[in-house]
Amino acid sequence: MTFINYASREINCKIVYYGPGLGGKTTNLQYIYDSTAPQAKGKLISLATETDRTLFFDFMPLDFGTIRGFKTRFHLYTVPGQVYYDASRKLILKGVDGIVFVADSQEERMDANIESLCNLEENLKEQGYDLMKIPYVLQLNKRDLPNIVPVEEMKAELQRKGEPVFEAVASEGIGVFETLKAVAKQVLTELRKSG
Amino acid sequence: MIKTPIIISEQHYQKIKHLLARLCVESAARVVFLIDRDGQPIAFHGDIGNMDTTSFASLAAGNVAATSSMAKLIGEEAFPSVVHEGEQESIYICVIGRTLLVVVFDQRSTLGLVKLRSKRASHEIMAVLEEIARESQKSQEENSFFAEITDEEIDSLFS
Ligand SMILES: Nc1nc2c(ncn2[C@@H]2O[C@H](COP(=O)(O)OP(=O)(O)OP(=O)(O)O)[C@@H](O)[C@H]2O)c(=O)[nH]1
Ligand SMILES: [Mg+2]
Repeated sequence: MTFINYASREINCKIVYYGPGLGGKTTNLQYIYDSTAPQAKGKLISLATETDRTLFFDFMPLDFGTIRGFKTRFHLYTVPGQVYYDASRKLILKGVDGIVFVADSQEERMDANIESLCNLEENLKEQGYDLMKIPYVLQLNKRDLPNIVPVEEMKAELQRKGEPVFEAVASEGIGVFETLKAVAKQVLTELRKSG
Repeated sequence: MIKTPIIISEQHYQKIKHLLARLCVESAARVVFLIDRDGQPIAFHGDIGNMDTTSFASLAAGNVAATSSMAKLIGEEAFPSVVHEGEQESIYICVIGRTLLVVVFDQRSTLGLVKLRSKRASHEIMAVLEEIARESQKSQEENSFFAEITDEEIDSLFS
């Protein structure tokens, strides 16, 4: 749910990183956090298990700069990817303005990617959203590993609507900002249409 | 298909600030927040010290989202309010439409007083929220200046 506050002159939008467990969602946020200037970001909040798996969500606010005098502020969230945390995933999708799907490129994770993507579509539908219409970007993560599925094959399996696709190595920051910028841009473009 | 953005005008913002300020005084609270259910802070009044209000808002929203889902699992429609009592500081949260009213208080106040004053404030805040919802809808139809933002302006944010 985009919030436009004329008093504080801020536009607030919500972006959610979705995808299978251990795909690298939290790593994306961590990299963004580590490489942005302190004045452009707030705290990174991680509600995680003892073993650093996301339990409820990760959250960080990020300022992108101003547009016509309005500060554009993005609230970045990750969901827990593990299958049994579905109730939490649904909650975090509420009010979403844009989604990044972080797929794990390893062969043995293809089934998990497909399952998670179906789960995303279902959960969106339940909230009255349509994946076909919402700002959306596909990230193919872990391209540094040896046992990965070729890009074309992953696209054939996972691309839903001609959305932008980025290859990434989130642990090294490769493709992380490209992904974020692509989705943020779609969100603002959509806002222009609606407002 | 972003749902209609919520547009808060200067005037509505001041109205909300005023209601929060009054509630803060009347309930002898430390600080009072109004937060969107999805975690966006809307306004606050009181002593925030060096509290991180953005994180606070997102966690409060997560908290209410989780307890509301728990309510459904045990066959309750919702928990209209949530209380966390600490040794020094306590938190009272109540749901008002699509927002959360959060009152942080200490020994200078009591839960009973906070609840009582929040109830009255809720009705007034609800009225302002309804106005905001109506006007957000209207200004969407009226084609605000966001419609005139150019591709170049959006691109320049990301260069
Ligand atoms: N080799 C490699 N490892 C990565 C990459 N991105 C993330 N990882 C590692 O993968 C593991 C899981 O990453 P997380 O970011 O915690 O995964 P997640 O998607 O948040 O997982 P959940 O919270 O369980 O949903 C960590 O050990 C990361 O260091 C990558 O691009 N390449
Ligand atoms: Mg995680």
